[in-house]
Amino acid sequence: MRYDVVLLRYGELALKGKNRGQFEHRLLANVRQALADFPGLRVRRAYGRLLVELGDVPFAEVAERLERVFGLVSFSPAVRTPLELAAIQEAALALMRSLSPAPRTFKVAARRSVKNFPHTSHELNHLVGAHVLRNTENLTVDVHEPDVELAVEVRPEGAFLYVESRPGPGGLPVGVSGKVLLLLSGGIDSPVAGWRMLKRGVTLEAIHFHSYPFTSEQALEKVRDLARVLSRYGGPIRLHVVPFTEIQTRIRQHVPEAYGITIMRRFMMRIAQGIAEKRRALALATGESLGQVASQTLESLNTINRVVTIPVLRPLVGMDKAEIMETAKAIGTYEISIRPYEDCCTIFVPKNPKTKPDPEEAAELEQALPVDELVADAIARTEMETLDWRARDEIADLL
Amino acid sequence: MIYLDHAATTPPHPDVVKAVTEAMTRFYGNPSSLHKAGAEAGRVLQQAREVAARALGVSPGEIVFTSSGTESNNAALKGVAFQYRDRGRHIVTTMVEHPAVYRVAKQLEELGFSVTYLPVDRTGRVSPDDVERALRDDTLLVSIMHVNNETGSLQPIAEIGRRLKRYPKVLFHVDAVQSFGKVPLDPKGWGIDLLSLTGHKLRGPRGVGLLYVREGVTLFPLLAGGGQEGGLRSGTENVPGIVGMAKAMRLIREEQAAKPDHFARLKRRLVAGLRAWGDRVLLNSPERDEEAAPHIVNFSVPGIKPEVLLHALEEEGYLLSTKSACSSKKDEPSRVLMAMFGDEERARTGIRVSFGYETTERDVDGFLAALEKRLSELLAWMKG
Repeated sequence: MRYDVVLLRYGELALKGKNRGQFEHRLLANVRQALADFPGLRVRRAYGRLLVELGDVPFAEVAERLERVFGLVSFSPAVRTPLELAAIQEAALALMRSLSPAPRTFKVAARRSVKNFPHTSHELNHLVGAHVLRNTENLTVDVHEPDVELAVEVRPEGAFLYVESRPGPGGLPVGVSGKVLLLLSGGIDSPVAGWRMLKRGVTLEAIHFHSYPFTSEQALEKVRDLARVLSRYGGPIRLHVVPFTEIQTRIRQHVPEAYGITIMRRFMMRIAQGIAEKRRALALATGESLGQVASQTLESLNTINRVVTIPVLRPLVGMDKAEIMETAKAIGTYEISIRPYEDCCTIFVPKNPKTKPDPEEAAELEQALPVDELVADAIARTEMETLDWRARDEIADLL
Repeated sequence: MIYLDHAATTPPHPDVVKAVTEAMTRFYGNPSSLHKAGAEAGRVLQQAREVAARALGVSPGEIVFTSSGTESNNAALKGVAFQYRDRGRHIVTTMVEHPAVYRVAKQLEELGFSVTYLPVDRTGRVSPDDVERALRDDTLLVSIMHVNNETGSLQPIAEIGRRLKRYPKVLFHVDAVQSFGKVPLDPKGWGIDLLSLTGHKLRGPRGVGLLYVREGVTLFPLLAGGGQEGGLRSGTENVPGIVGMAKAMRLIREEQAAKPDHFARLKRRLVAGLRAWGDRVLLNSPERDEEAAPHIVNFSVPGIKPEVLLHALEEEGYLLSTKSACSSKKDEPSRVLMAMFGDEERARTGIRVSFGYETTERDVDGFLAALEKRLSELLAWMKG
């Protein structure tokens, strides 16, 4: 079936007043952004919905994009006809005939917002249903449990007919909730944390700690690929790459091995807070969850968190590993995360890390290091890049 | 010269040649190397895998690049047989498979596996009922080609896949070397576990193929070594070949979407022309679209040595095949045509015409005119 438009629905109930206008505005912009590279396609607002006019673009390609636009509750590909009964009947028949597998039962559910249309919704149900019945075989009406419900919406700009409603990803439109800086390693957890933050409508930037030559070019490339995947959900993503070798080396030289990871993570938090201030981000986000590894005990989170005042959001804290992996697979980051390159969190892992570090003791040990100076230097040398899954590089052009 | 032998191999697409050359020149690093050149080659490989996966409608992690369709078929059949040999020893396939499946099945028989070779009807197709009836408790694998390389016969893969869903321990392999980009193919929707492709049937380079391995399926790797391709296929990756294959896959899917009726139109024209010969020319390919992929048309001229007709037509400027290119040098009746018709003379005299997206209606008309001229001569000479 060749569809003319897609009707997009969003969560209306939760929204009131000024918020709603901002929500709609943002969602419209995000849908346009997600579909920007389809020539001839248009997106506009229409009566508490958004409407995608497909032009020549196949619905399947648009659906794949819409499934990643947060704030959408559901969407339906529809056929549009002029406001004439005969046209509506013909479109209904064509739509029903195009279905595979062929349904055995159906019902028509008409609604009209044009009150001067010559037929009531009730009449339309019968007129459209009868026309379909007369011109098909092996199809009957079942108003209680039909295989297919054919919706007919009569609106000022035309009649819309559709039979399917696909779930959107829900959540809030990216951009309505302010900016968050995500600590992005190459692992499985942090990209999932980023995705969950995007789903809450934040604008996401990411920060990565790169310890070349202890970690490879491939490890950084992996992080870039993860950011590219996240950009499918939230538009282009700024990635801040922090040169971390100097700090890691100093920690290794001056801090007892058991406290190495704790103090390394305290440095990361300080640097992230510095970058967040520069970029006007209101919170940090991490992929930490409780009690998985030594650095994620409550004692450890407490000791690490002490060095910053900015809120640290941990959207995975209530999830277990299986759930996190399932999400990673569903959003497309898992296959990238399991590439076997070491990142700064897996290198220099001590044999016996302190599982219950103490904030006072950590602070004491840091006396051996010029903390402020090292942090300021790392922030100054941090480089920012922008990653967008749609950006074509020379390799994409080759293919 | 008009090339009507696309089922044997295809002229490479100029854009593919360019991409292969560029990849070979610029991305020469070994993807396993840790330096920049290696990382870059790794990125090329990764992106090529994504392009290939998208063209096939599967996940990048489910793509294993190989050296050919033959290797993909060997990796699938032997990989399953060796991996699961403790669970069972039985394989189901058909009498009309390409030698790259058929001979592998014969090898596995020598190694103690038992193989059921299903018969086909006069359209060259197996019956899904027969497939189901052939299953045993110890059946490991069903391997059935999608489109036959000699006749174009289209096996009911979707229906077989649907039925095999009730037998979760039986894996389903499809040799789709002749079908991808020519007829609809949906590995995920049809319940296919393993699927073979090759680059050179798609206007891509030779020396590169692909095996789709559904997530969750484990194979015993044929080639052990450095652990490339997720450990399933060791050997330094053929990056330029893989780039060419992925690009060719993307391009042919675009052609397929743009010209959905192209082959059916050409076939109708050719078949109408062949019909004019009455019973002197026997059409071996099924005529209906649901029974055959329309880019391959096979016919027999009983009484005429096919090589003679082939050479006569070559003199007129038309290149085609007898049987499949892989077995055309042996003077034996076609195993495929024998299975379909049980008629040795018919099976010995098959001629195959196969189209590409570049083939035009004028080419078909020209071919029919050449056939008219040379076959009339040959038939008169035979009588004389």
